[in-house]
Amino acid sequence: MLTISRELVDQIIAHATADHPDEACGVIAGRAGVPERFVPMENAERSPTFYRFDSMEQFRVWRDMDDNDEEPVVIYHSHTATEAYPSRTDVSYASEPGAHYVLYSTALAQFRSFRIVDGVIEEEDVKILEPGV
Amino acid sequence: MAIEVRIPTILRTYTDGAKAVDASGATIEELIGDLEARHPGIKARLVENDKLRRFVNVYLNDEDVRFLGGLGTPVSDGDTVTVLPAVAGG
Repeated sequence: MLTISRELVDQIIAHATADHPDEACGVIAGRAGVPERFVPMENAERSPTFYRFDSMEQFRVWRDMDDNDEEPVVIYHSHTATEAYPSRTDVSYASEPGAHYVLYSTALAQFRSFRIVDGVIEEEDVKILEPGV
Repeated sequence: MAIEVRIPTILRTYTDGAKAVDASGATIEELIGDLEARHPGIKARLVENDKLRRFVNVYLNDEDVRFLGGLGTPVSDGDTVTVLPAVAGG
């Protein structure tokens, strides 16, 4: 299960909405599996059907996480014409077995989370922590 | 000549879980050859048809080697090489 604050969910949705119809992507860094620090990334492909982190930006963000003892707890991206379910491409490039892969569909306003390990997709529940709770 | 190579989570199965390993060589290509000798199987995850795989990023210190000389990029003692799978999808 992914447990995530309402604020972070809203930040993902706002980023996806702003970049629509291109796909938006980014990371939420955290410790011990708790997503905390929102890091929107540039989609180097600027495409409605593909995303790729810019290699130098990814290097800096990964180094910062390393320095802070953080990990990429969430890796998110948007789908802008299809449902929020990992595509074949998403599965073939999934390279962080410890991460929650969050997809947001701007077309369907769907927010879903998955584990993708060794080519196998497993959907998980999302628990959103409302402010003040 | 020792060069530290930082290994991403997904490739640590080849390094017995180590986050960083030492390797030697005068170029990125030689370094990967030496890594392969020490950690068999890892080269195929980095290189395809004598080129870096498209969705694998290799950095020499703070630079992506694609913007330097690719596999032919010279390396020297004390350098740090970082491997990161590109985060990508569709």
